Amino acid sequence: MSDDALLEAAAVSKVFGGLVAVSDVTFDIPRRSIVSIIGPNGAGKTTFFNMLTGLYKPSAGRIWFDGRDITRTRPDQITHLGISRTFQNIRLWATMTATENVMVGQHTRMRAGLPGALLRPPRFVPLSLPLPLRRVNVEEEDARAKARETLEYVGLRAGQLDQLAVNLSYGDQRRVEIARALASDPKLLLLDEPTAGMNPQESDNLKTFMQRLRDERDLTILLIEHDMKVVMGVSERVTVFDHGEKIAEGEPAAVRADPRVVEAYLGKQG
Amino acid sequence: MRAQVRAWRAAVPPWVGRVGPAVLLALAIVFPFFFGVADDTMNTATLAMAYIVMALGLNIVVGFAGLLDLGYLAFYAIGSYCVGWFGSGFYADANIHVLATKFAGTLPGIHFWWVIIALIAIVFCAIAGVIIGLPTLRLRGDYIAIVTLGFGEIIRVFALNGDTLKIGDYALTNGRQGISAVDAIGFPGATPFSQLNLRPWYWVALGMVVITLFVNFRVRDSRLGRAWIAVREDEVAAAAMGVPLVRTKLLAYALGAGLGGMSGAFLGSYLTNITSDSFLFSFSIYVLAMVILGGLGSIWGVVVGAIALTYINYELLPNQLNNLPHQLFDLDFQLTDVQFAIFGGLLVIMMVLRPEGLLPERRRQLELEHGIGAGDAIAHEMEMEHP
Repeated sequence: MSDDALLEAAAVSKVFGGLVAVSDVTFDIPRRSIVSIIGPNGAGKTTFFNMLTGLYKPSAGRIWFDGRDITRTRPDQITHLGISRTFQNIRLWATMTATENVMVGQHTRMRAGLPGALLRPPRFVPLSLPLPLRRVNVEEEDARAKARETLEYVGLRAGQLDQLAVNLSYGDQRRVEIARALASDPKLLLLDEPTAGMNPQESDNLKTFMQRLRDERDLTILLIEHDMKVVMGVSERVTVFDHGEKIAEGEPAAVRADPRVVEAYLGKQG
Repeated sequence: MRAQVRAWRAAVPPWVGRVGPAVLLALAIVFPFFFGVADDTMNTATLAMAYIVMALGLNIVVGFAGLLDLGYLAFYAIGSYCVGWFGSGFYADANIHVLATKFAGTLPGIHFWWVIIALIAIVFCAIAGVIIGLPTLRLRGDYIAIVTLGFGEIIRVFALNGDTLKIGDYALTNGRQGISAVDAIGFPGATPFSQLNLRPWYWVALGMVVITLFVNFRVRDSRLGRAWIAVREDEVAAAAMGVPLVRTKLLAYALGAGLGGMSGAFLGSYLTNITSDSFLFSFSIYVLAMVILGGLGSIWGVVVGAIALTYINYELLPNQLNNLPHQLFDLDFQLTDVQFAIFGGLLVIMMVLRPEGLLPERRRQLELEHGIGAGDAIAHEMEMEHP
């Protein structure tokens, strides 16, 4: 594999019973780039996503991330290695506060286990005391502070940080999901239709935000998107899926002009 | 009514949360001085303490991690048998004494200090909890209940037929007949506790409750506790955010089982006879009913549920209302004959009137109101292929 690719998928397929959801897709993501996957509904985009994050095991093919084979790696281990994601239909833990959601996002970067939880000194004990397992105690407070900082970074107001996720507006829930994904300090961020349900203004903000993420946090971003305006505006490269196959790939303008892409979206002409 | 409860809760000043438990603990410590040293109330109170530990242990599995465990009697049984194995004359050929009480130190058999036995019980049960948990890792909701129920039955049958399961001359259990004359709790070299004075037993049980409450609170507000809620509400999202499902779930099973084992070791010693007849499926339901009655996941709720059901079971039904059917309707049965019908009825009434329990936990209440059901509804749309 080449050195400049952060993630590489080679001839990956996924078969559910008789249904071929993803067929023989070869794909790579250059470091510090923003690339997109587009395609009609049912084209296999999300299935492909789920294979990259370990939720599905590919039926065939291999996936490398940052020089490591992650084809059969568990989802939590993949998160630990540095891939994080959001979901198409928001999957926050509804009864946790925004902060708590983001704290769970840091799970893989924290170390407190059962002993840590049991032996943590109470709050009124100053953190500066040289107690055993002090690290755990500090870690908990650090995680909380970092969660709040991340939430503010994605644009939540201070008053919203301790609200339950279920009580937040749709757009804010999307933001919390991104904050939760950022909390694990990923190298690669996968966004599954982040603008679904957003108005044009919000989509536009998200576009700028993604560029900011890449520049400020040194992130690589893979996007699944329906909103053509967002895709064309932000992506350096666009890959088109249809019926589980990769039918086109290239710069946004070139892909838009590709007759096979037009056919996939609008049907055959004449 | 719910809004009222919420308003009432909000009106409670914050210092109550800090001072309240200390006052409760002080009351619980002096409680025995208001009653006879060995009367029914002391017996019920001691059992209530042991059941609080059981219920809080099950609460970790069912309430925190959302894994419906119907085989909890397994840990009662294993914990109790630890007392039979390591604190009685059952293995009379072996003569091992470790920090035994004054009396037990002179007897044949294996006699460990009860605290050591309790620690062994915790370890054994935690291991058993993991073994029972392993096959349920790929399952969700009701299916977990079925598998754990099966394991509970396996343990029961082992207890029943253990008298024929021999390694050399050493049988596993004594079946129906039971392992009797188990050591009472006591301090090394001192006179053990007696059945004629229940106060020390009560205080030991109270100590276990304090330890268990501490564990429950600490774990709930930790990285692990948050991971349990995440797994309970949406397993797929939890895995994708870096929560290792296997380890997280097994820790819940192990911790819940360990607490059950500690209480089992206490009950084994307290009830003096460890017979397979004590380990029935209805025990699992009984403890689960305490958790549900009090409020799944709610620590104080579960304490209230355990006290309430123990009181109903050991005091109210047998001692207060037992002859009610006869007195009122001239019927030829006693209330204790139909106690499980009464528990069942109570649960049905609870489910209709107050499904979130007596002292509901905030999250569980929200889950009920918003239909966030242990992640099942959402999870089915996207099954994971990793356990």
